[in-house]
Amino acid sequence: MIDIGLGHYLTLGAVIFSIGVIGIFLNRKNIIVILMSIELILLAVNINLVAFSIYLGDLAGQVFTLFILTVAAAEAAIGLAIIVVYFRNSGTIRVEEIDNLKG
Amino acid sequence: MAHAIFFYTFSIIAVISAIMVTASKNTVHSVFFLILDFISISCLFIMIGAEFLGMIMLIVYVGAVAVLFLFVVMMLNVAQQKNQWFAGHQSSRHIPVGFIISILIFFEIIIVIGGWKYKPEIFDINNSTAQTTLSNTHSLGQILYTDYIHVFQISGMVLLVAMIGAIVLTFRQRSGVKRQSYIKQISRERAEGVEVLEVQNNKGIKIDD
Repeated sequence: MIDIGLGHYLTLGAVIFSIGVIGIFLNRKNIIVILMSIELILLAVNINLVAFSIYLGDLAGQVFTLFILTVAAAEAAIGLAIIVVYFRNSGTIRVEEIDNLKG
Repeated sequence: MAHAIFFYTFSIIAVISAIMVTASKNTVHSVFFLILDFISISCLFIMIGAEFLGMIMLIVYVGAVAVLFLFVVMMLNVAQQKNQWFAGHQSSRHIPVGFIISILIFFEIIIVIGGWKYKPEIFDINNSTAQTTLSNTHSLGQILYTDYIHVFQISGMVLLVAMIGAIVLTFRQRSGVKRQSYIKQISRERAEGVEVLEVQNNKGIKIDD
């Protein structure tokens, strides 16, 4: 309990990942919160990679985390742009009312 | 001991703020809790020894992405929308399914972590980077610009494509806005701008009839 090892960090990553998945499923609000949940999931993945990289002494994990950070930033920018365009066209971003694709 | 105290402090803050991101009714509060989450996780990174990534997380997420989220939330004016968590009763049958799936995923990951035995020699495989006197940033830079240079360039291309895509998506041509057109200004001829008139004595001339 006192001795912090790799398993503690992996558990923290698992908890945050699950909270992100719950956030995607339970969302009845606007779609921005879904994007934030995706950011949480990517954050959990980053925690795992950094913890492994530190505890195994291999820097490749941190390099990969850097690239995940890049892709997450790009994804957030594109997603928010799509949300802005959708809001401009339809006037709502509530999750229940976005059903144009009849899915 | 200090490691344990800091780890538990930051991870409890991170988990609580992650819950608040999904649970809070106001979207602006969600963004603020997301920022708190990123800050505590980057503190964890700095504490564990990945200083460069912790600082980059602060700069990229808190400085850019979270502000972008905040900007969009405020621009779309959805913060005041009354959004209860279980408001839409006609579609609330997703909710137990979501809970079950998420909890299943969580326990699967926990089982994998708990049942996984580390090989005893695995921590000695590649510890050459840890024993050198280089800082984390220095050693990261040494492999980032040599071994991973192609991936680095590709990530730059990804950012460029994302930037162009975001601009193209949100760009719209407004009517009634007067813009400066250089090609129009440059290609103006004397004939279409100036006209020489004969003005007779004691008579004016009509302009713009």
